[in-house]
Amino acid sequence: MASHIPDILRKHNSAILTDWLAEQARSFSRDTRARDDTPALSARFLGELADATAKGNVDDVDGEDFREIRALLEDLSRQRGLAGISPRDTAMFVFSLKKPLFARLRQELSGDALVDEMWSATTLLDRLGLLTTEAFQRTREQIIERQQQDMLELSTPVVKLWRGILALPMIGTLDSGRTQIVMESLLQKIAETEADVAILDITGVPTVDTLVAQHLLKTVAAARLMGADCIISGVRPQIAQTMVHLAIDMGDVTTKASLADAFAHALKRQGLTVVRAVKS
Amino acid sequence: MNVLSDDSLEIRRDADVVACRQAVRARSVEQGFGLVDQTKIVTAASEIARNTLQYGGGGTVRIQKLADGSKQGLRLVFEDRGPGIADIARAMTDGFTTGSGLGKGLSGTKRLVNEFDLWSKPGEGTRITITRWK
Ligand SMILES: Nc1ncnc2c1ncn2[C@@H]1O[C@H](COP(=O)(O)OP(=O)(O)O)[C@@H](O)[C@H]1O
Ligand SMILES: [Mg+2]
Repeated sequence: MASHIPDILRKHNSAILTDWLAEQARSFSRDTRARDDTPALSARFLGELADATAKGNVDDVDGEDFREIRALLEDLSRQRGLAGISPRDTAMFVFSLKKPLFARLRQELSGDALVDEMWSATTLLDRLGLLTTEAFQRTREQIIERQQQDMLELSTPVVKLWRGILALPMIGTLDSGRTQIVMESLLQKIAETEADVAILDITGVPTVDTLVAQHLLKTVAAARLMGADCIISGVRPQIAQTMVHLAIDMGDVTTKASLADAFAHALKRQGLTVVRAVKS
Repeated sequence: MNVLSDDSLEIRRDADVVACRQAVRARSVEQGFGLVDQTKIVTAASEIARNTLQYGGGGTVRIQKLADGSKQGLRLVFEDRGPGIADIARAMTDGFTTGSGLGKGLSGTKRLVNEFDLWSKPGEGTRITITRWK
């Protein structure tokens, strides 16, 4: 049996829309201001909902018939998520349609038909409401990912410690996209400053696994091609031990426990010593 | 032996590998692991989580806090439904990789933990269970 929902949505379109907009305004929490695009979006949603349900599968929100609706809700969730609107308020966009729609179902139907359609409508709107929450979640994850990316680019300074001596304090996780950026900024700075020693400091890298080790080895090899020798500092005892278990061979690269040790080593290699100034 | 806690995490993206390491670190601290034991189990977790993502096409990890008499431990079970490992003995060899890694993740992990179990079947997937006792 075909659902009555599409017919009722179409017949009472403008009344439902008016009631729904009033309902939305009421249900939003105080800090969510009314949005200019709400009336147009709501009207479009009602139209699409009538079209989708008219195709027969009232409960198959994951199916082809509901593609437009899903796209609309995805867009809405993304935009509202970016605007800082809570997932609760975004989901209320869908849930607040229940009351006006149920009122019209009650007006048009009775008996078993009413019970059946109320059930279909509830299930349908619940599922669509959930879609907004899922979409919100995805948007949030994308934002976090982008912020992490931004942070990575900011947190890879190459500092000049002395003439010919560079230091690269690495902080955080060293896998994936990060390393490429680290390596490029180091190589560029080596070229600019004609440095002959680069200290890669991993004090701020919590875990050195085989992937991180491989990245370090690649960086060392590239720096060497540019004429700079690398020292790896910040190799804490527990990291050194773990690297032995992983059978990681750092070749002839000098490693030091601290950045200070590495700096002292670099100065010495350049024939420089640090002496206390004599008080006169 | 008692299982004190049992968490499950998805490994679908790079960020999940980081989350896995952080969760393992937190659980190992709760178990009273010292810095060396923490570092070993976290590094092992990092290796296997990355393999799960890279070769297994993603999967899950279960993190269990264990107590056996006065001993405390951490068990990690990584599972994926990827292509599986055809030649396990070869995969366990230092330096063997079908990707572009160092090929020391599996063999190294075995040396970082107290118990290591690898189940894999071509076409079905891979399950690696590792345990470190305090
Ligand atoms: N979960 C997995 N599913 C399928 N193959 C795997 C999995 N884990 C490891 N392998 C195989 O074992 C090889 C060795 O792994 P590993 O020792 O970690 O070295 P790497 O990651 O550097 O290749 C991999 O190159 C891959 O062929
Ligand atoms: Mg690996």
